[in-house]
Amino acid sequence: MTDLDVIPTLSPEEIAEIEHEVALIPRRDSAAIDALMIVQRHRGWVSDSSLKAIAALLEMSPEELDGIATFYNLIYRQPVGEQVILFCDSVSCWLRNGDGVKEKLSELLGIDYGQTTADGRYTLIPVPCLGACDRAPVMMVGDDLHTHLDDCDLASLLTCEANHD
Amino acid sequence: MTDRPLTQNLRPDGSPVWLADYEANGGYQGLRRVLTDSTPEACQQVVKDARLRGRGGAGFPTGMKWSFVPMGEKAGLGPKYLIANADEMEPGTFKDRIILEQDPHQLIEGMILAAYAIQADVAYIFLRGEYTVAAQRVAAAIKECYVAGYLGQDIRGSGYSLELHLHRSAGRYICGEETALINALEGKRANPRPKPPFPQVSGLWGRPTIVNNVETLCNITHILTRGADWYQSLGLGADSGTKLFGASGNVKNPGVWELPMGTPIREILENHAGGMHDGYQLRGFLPGGGSTDFLTPDHLDLAMDYDVIGKAGSRMGTGTMIVLDDRHCPIGMVRNLARFFAHESCGFCTPCRDGIPWIVQLLDRFEQGLATEEDLALLEEKARFIGGIGNTHCALAPGAMEPVLSALKYFREDFEQHISGRGCRYQSLGRGH
Repeated sequence: MTDLDVIPTLSPEEIAEIEHEVALIPRRDSAAIDALMIVQRHRGWVSDSSLKAIAALLEMSPEELDGIATFYNLIYRQPVGEQVILFCDSVSCWLRNGDGVKEKLSELLGIDYGQTTADGRYTLIPVPCLGACDRAPVMMVGDDLHTHLDDCDLASLLTCEANHD
Repeated sequence: MTDRPLTQNLRPDGSPVWLADYEANGGYQGLRRVLTDSTPEACQQVVKDARLRGRGGAGFPTGMKWSFVPMGEKAGLGPKYLIANADEMEPGTFKDRIILEQDPHQLIEGMILAAYAIQADVAYIFLRGEYTVAAQRVAAAIKECYVAGYLGQDIRGSGYSLELHLHRSAGRYICGEETALINALEGKRANPRPKPPFPQVSGLWGRPTIVNNVETLCNITHILTRGADWYQSLGLGADSGTKLFGASGNVKNPGVWELPMGTPIREILENHAGGMHDGYQLRGFLPGGGSTDFLTPDHLDLAMDYDVIGKAGSRMGTGTMIVLDDRHCPIGMVRNLARFFAHESCGFCTPCRDGIPWIVQLLDRFEQGLATEEDLALLEEKARFIGGIGNTHCALAPGAMEPVLSALKYFREDFEQHISGRGCRYQSLGRGH
């Protein structure tokens, strides 16, 4: 099997989206991060076989692409839950009881940082300052920012998120 | 009523200002006039005369930064680039978010004019991945601009052309460093590049490139349409213009406010942030994000001007203050910040990659009640070394050590108490520790 044979691991839609990015820039391998994010949007994470296919498509080595993939904290090289919770562990949230809220959240979900709930619904990951420090403590659930977590009922917040999908 | 050019369009409900409303408020009129009536050189001169300094943290004079870009035939063959640094990740900083979410056209107009001034062909907005609302609104605003002829070929018949793309980042604080950002845009690991060559000469794909902060770029339209004298007159002290200042922590009214440069810190923390929450006393504050040195209540009457804050031993940084109260441990706060910087080190050079985790371990010993006088001496020695300018490849490690070294200066008795009391006395106070 040649390197190029692995490309069909990606869907035609994924390949088309990646080629759209490639067309805007002078080098194919410069689309590496965009390509990883595109595949992740379709599949939730970037598996080894996806990684190899992207590398072949962008004419670069899988090792080099993995070096890039593992550098960036929003690219997931392991399976994640349906929703990723990015919990801010930076200073302004710390000053506003972020640690206390995180403990409550961990208890509610039964998981710590880096883990996924048994039902596969949520993965909990710490994230650097989310830039909403005036509304601390904060977290993101999927694409949605949630603020003032100290005063909110986390259980009903997560139920609302579930209904809102 | 004082001019508030950066926030004049913002609505109380935070809803975005789309193209029609932006134009109705006078938007893109300056763009049309400048593209037809002014040369790029004249634009650069006005920005220099206005004495605008970069709002991303370093405070470098914007006009001077632009002046290093080769113009005309000297630029050689190929495109030049302008990049808006919208990778707002400095801990405690939340100022560019409001522009990106609520007034994206203000950024785009400023970018088109800045791009014209350096004769860039292609521009990028490098946006942090977690700013999802901003991503939707900026993308929609760019689309409106292409339809209206403010972007693309021959903008409004001026003969000037510019392509603008939105890049959503995949994370990492180090991407805010301009050469690391350029590597990320090229699809690589975001390790900072050696300088020289400076990006102005050899940046994105080896071509001349300017990277400016979002707030910096927003100022450009106002400066070019209303002039350098007007812009200078906005500042209360030595520095020109207004600034998005902010405060977070246990203050009554955390937020962002556009105020004149040179506004006294006391006015920001007491009038705008509303003072401390009941039951909390002000202990100190980082004036401009997580990589700036602590100042104390003794500094409240200083003006928020680059040089004034610099002389007091700190930095203006991003102008968004993080407030430490008397119920939170200064060592705990510094440890939180040091952990952040240790995690966000790109790993390229040893003092940063291995040194900052060492600082975290030493701070852990204080929190755990294990620290000795030797640990205190070691902490100070290592922090000075790691924070020494020129000991590391980029400014991440020196920035990381600013809160540590200034805490050792102003909160030394807390370090001593952790040694003599074998632990943290704040842990009994309830919130955090």
